[in-house]
Amino acid sequence: MSEIVDILISASFWAAVIRIASPLILATMGELICERAGVLNLGIEGIMVIGAFTGWMAVYQGMPLWGGVAVAMAAGMLFGLLHSTLTVPFGLSQHVVGLGVTLLATASASFAYRLMLPEVTSPPKIQPFQPLSIPGLSDLPWIGTALSQTALTWAAFAVAGLVAFTLYRTPLGLAVRAVGENPAAVEAQGLSATGLRMGAVIVGSGLMAVGGAFLTLSAFSSFFFEMVNGRGWICIALVVFGAWKPGKAVLGAILFAAFDALQIRLQQTSLGAVLPYQLFLALPFILSILALILMSRRAEVPAALMVPYNKGER
Amino acid sequence: MRLEPIPNPSAARRLGLPALALVATLGVAMALALIAGANPLAVLGQIAKGALGSKLAILETLNRATPLIFTGLAVAVAFRAKLWNIGAEAQLYAGAIVAVLLGTGALGSPLVLPVSALAAMLAGAALLLGPVLLKTRLGVDEVVTTLLLNFIMLLFVSYLLEGPLKDPMGMGWPKSPALIPEARLPRIVDGLRLHWGFALAIIAAVVVWVIQTRTTLGFEIRAVGQNPEAARFAGMPVNTVLVKTALLSGGLAALAGWSEVAGLKGHLSSDLSPGFGYTGIIVAMLALLHPLGVILTAIFVAGIFVGSDAMSRAAGVPTYIADMLLATALLFMVLAILLTRVRVVRG
Amino acid sequence: MTTGPAEAEVVLRLDRITKRFGALTANDAVSLTLRRGEVVALLGENGAGKTTLMNILFGHYVADEGTVEVFGQPLPPGTPRAALAAGVGMVHQHFTLAGNLTVLENITLGTESLWSRSHGGARAKVERLSRDFGLAVHPDAKVGRLSVGERQRVEILKALYRDARILILDEPTAVLTPQESDALFATLRKATALGLSVIFISHKLHEVMAIADRCVVLRHGRVVGEVDTHATDKAALAALMVGGELSLPRAEARAPGPVLMRLEGVSTPDRGAAPGLKAVTLELRAGQITGLAGVSGNGQAALAEIVGGLAVPAAGQLSLHGQEPKVWSPGEALARGVARIPEDRHHQGSIADFDLTENAVLEAYRSRFSRRAWMDWRAARAFAEGIIKDYDVRCPGPSTRIRLLSGGNMQKLILGRAMAPGPDIILANQPVRGLDVGAIAYVQGQLIAARDRGAAVLLISEDLDEIMALSDVIHVMSQGRLSPGFARGTMTAADLGLWMAGQKFGDTDAA
Repeated sequence: MSEIVDILISASFWAAVIRIASPLILATMGELICERAGVLNLGIEGIMVIGAFTGWMAVYQGMPLWGGVAVAMAAGMLFGLLHSTLTVPFGLSQHVVGLGVTLLATASASFAYRLMLPEVTSPPKIQPFQPLSIPGLSDLPWIGTALSQTALTWAAFAVAGLVAFTLYRTPLGLAVRAVGENPAAVEAQGLSATGLRMGAVIVGSGLMAVGGAFLTLSAFSSFFFEMVNGRGWICIALVVFGAWKPGKAVLGAILFAAFDALQIRLQQTSLGAVLPYQLFLALPFILSILALILMSRRAEVPAALMVPYNKGER
Repeated sequence: MRLEPIPNPSAARRLGLPALALVATLGVAMALALIAGANPLAVLGQIAKGALGSKLAILETLNRATPLIFTGLAVAVAFRAKLWNIGAEAQLYAGAIVAVLLGTGALGSPLVLPVSALAAMLAGAALLLGPVLLKTRLGVDEVVTTLLLNFIMLLFVSYLLEGPLKDPMGMGWPKSPALIPEARLPRIVDGLRLHWGFALAIIAAVVVWVIQTRTTLGFEIRAVGQNPEAARFAGMPVNTVLVKTALLSGGLAALAGWSEVAGLKGHLSSDLSPGFGYTGIIVAMLALLHPLGVILTAIFVAGIFVGSDAMSRAAGVPTYIADMLLATALLFMVLAILLTRVRVVRG
Repeated sequence: MTTGPAEAEVVLRLDRITKRFGALTANDAVSLTLRRGEVVALLGENGAGKTTLMNILFGHYVADEGTVEVFGQPLPPGTPRAALAAGVGMVHQHFTLAGNLTVLENITLGTESLWSRSHGGARAKVERLSRDFGLAVHPDAKVGRLSVGERQRVEILKALYRDARILILDEPTAVLTPQESDALFATLRKATALGLSVIFISHKLHEVMAIADRCVVLRHGRVVGEVDTHATDKAALAALMVGGELSLPRAEARAPGPVLMRLEGVSTPDRGAAPGLKAVTLELRAGQITGLAGVSGNGQAALAEIVGGLAVPAAGQLSLHGQEPKVWSPGEALARGVARIPEDRHHQGSIADFDLTENAVLEAYRSRFSRRAWMDWRAARAFAEGIIKDYDVRCPGPSTRIRLLSGGNMQKLILGRAMAPGPDIILANQPVRGLDVGAIAYVQGQLIAARDRGAAVLLISEDLDEIMALSDVIHVMSQGRLSPGFARGTMTAADLGLWMAGQKFGDTDAA
């Protein structure tokens, strides 16, 4: 037990928690925007893959790191455009299209990777984002270590704040919340339900891709095929866990990251000697399912989530 | 723009648009070949030749199609009831595990094949039972739970292969011991590398088709899928129907893993399935969820994979072109199917 | 007012509007003018093209031919935004409100640039408008928790907040008690006194006579008459509307039989804004039509669910023929001779992409059209053909998908399906909503015939006229409470209205 306490009070543990939470926060915000507008985006897993790949490849080809982030975002938005075109004006099944987008995005990353690097056995490394040194803060004993984070992590938290502000404090956010509840309401007020939904999916997909790019540009320094490894699906669970509210979703991501960071460290302890390491690795997925069960029928789901809107349907 | 239903779509529209979707997919294939610096027509030709160009190629394609028929059926059955079972991958491994548990000496008589097949189906069904009960009892979305179970199952398989089911003779490779000969599915024709799993898959497709069109359960599954509210109002036990659908779907997916182990590989390893469960979604959607159509689309999809492998060796275009084509075909197809029923009008 | 509406400026001119949906011509060269300070009623039965016309005006549809002019300016087609900017405000029949937002948020939605921050000032304007027009509603209330009447006020406030000069109200009284309707009319009179103009869509003659200055009558998409309401009467309007004399059936009084179904102190939990049942006691007698009146959303749905087997009482008992059933489900209700005509034939009563055969056997596939687990499609098809013939379902044949049928024909199939087993209890929930006059007469005639055969009929309707014409006994629901039964002819519409508004229930359930 004392081993766990030691882990929990160490600053490096909390640094890891914040680092692990960052991509989850970015992608969860992306998914949350989509779902608040009434569109379930199951493309998230593949869009994170394409973000991880394009961001990394752009930097490998010589772009600056923020250029890589922008490329990833653009790639994500492109797949968001594909997803939203099929699901919003055409009203196709969000389940089927979402899975199709995930399959297509994942395959595109694999295809492009092999095309650009036909021979390599291990992927080349790039120089990733380095932890920022913040005057005053970085010198503090415990906090300095815990908050030794890259600019992309700080950006993730800023994005969460921006999403919350936009949703609850601006006319745009009001319209997004309305279109996820009743698209006819925004149409009757002279706004385009189709435009709002497509916009939300495109922007949301861009954020998912940046979440993916975090993995290659900040957390690790190269791209692996399996590196997203279900994080997208976990983010969908986090949106439910966060009751479709940005603040709660961020807390959920941090809680989740804490368990993930803990399981990595527990593998090194006496527990790790007794229990199979696969059980620790499965913990995030098991937790996600538990989170879904816990939140079932509690939250106010956007009423028009997964309900296509066809103008003038009779 | 606005979508307007077409009351009685013409046959040309109903057949032409899906055909157009396939042609468009071929167009994407050629574009990808160009990007890869290869001759587009040659690439298409090599894919076709690799899939169907020789007896060996055809058999390879049919072998590859076998698990896809099972997972395609699993998805088709579930999606028909709007039960979004994305967990065929995990259910496949459940079936594979059972094939190893019962096929490596635990059962030794001629009974071993039928018993292990049934047990495999039960295991796959049981695995989907959790998500479907969470859906019917608590309203938890089954898409996410079945997806997450796939990851948990892969880790579980990894644990088994490094622990309880590790092959002592495996020289450190994470694989299970080999099945005893009685537990192996024989080949359909001596000398030809095609096992009885393929025939079983065809039989399964026919059985599913009969269930869907001729039985009360099939009627219920379709009704629940199209309009659960009306089904409940008419007195159908909607949740029971969903559970029965899940059992059928999970059982079918499990047979995919069981037949791969018992028919093709003879042992379990963690690379048993290169995503057969997910590809099953494409197979089912391309077949418009029709059980007999699944046979054809599974062979088509398998042909793309087998052909792309061969083409990749020859033309140097990455083999992942197959995955891109199939995902594209899926998206084109769902759009084409929609446009058979509606037209796009202004305002 | 110094000048009457007749001389006032023209604020809206629809000129020869034509709109086709496939083979159907919903509007055929419809013209209409509206003057400042005037209420024009657009009268017509269901399917006459009223809503289509207004959706064109508001930009939801684009007309195939014809033009719209607002204050002398042509209105660009197909954009609600242009209509709003030109001063046209519409209160839809189905409210277009987001339940997760507050009243204020719903009102300001779309009124500010999306790329700005929200500014204050909206609240004061909303409060002023609700005072001036008599539209009491709290700006910070969540719309999802409001009553139907309050939601309608929010809809009107939405239009007024945008400085609408022309208000279109689509069947606004369908969801109101007679007293609430009067309050609405008061609001409309205030609006016209302030120079607004109103188009009032309705199929209720007495309302049109009460509120409108002029009345435009539509039939089959055409204008068949335009009359001054002061120079006409209800009978003349009715003849114009339906195109000749067509009287709806009236049931004559009969002696009731034994109690077939009885609810004793039945309660169900509330569901969000929808009230559950509050200790409801109700008897359905053989050979009697029991009418259930009330404003929609007052617990009728909960009662229909209990009677139809979709829900079980949380408290109290339900008994059939004096026995309490051990299990109670839709299947059990069917097995015990309860026929159900659902409120929503599209979502509850039928499966759109199933053909007529499949829809016909939806309720009895297990008991009558299968052997063991196998479907007997031959018998099913014969059954469907029988219904098509006996109930005059106009369709190409039993393999037609039901989504292709008109509402009336769909309802006839559902009726035939429900009546086939010879039920002795019939739950008819809004059985004629949205049907044309011919189909209404047919369906109501069938209900009367079933009563005359000795069935107990529970008729749930929001149309007080229908309830009063058909029912032998009338109950009123309000906030989940059930009034005593009133025998035919003992109550006026105004009396029932007081019950509908909940004012007569006294404090019996204050606890």
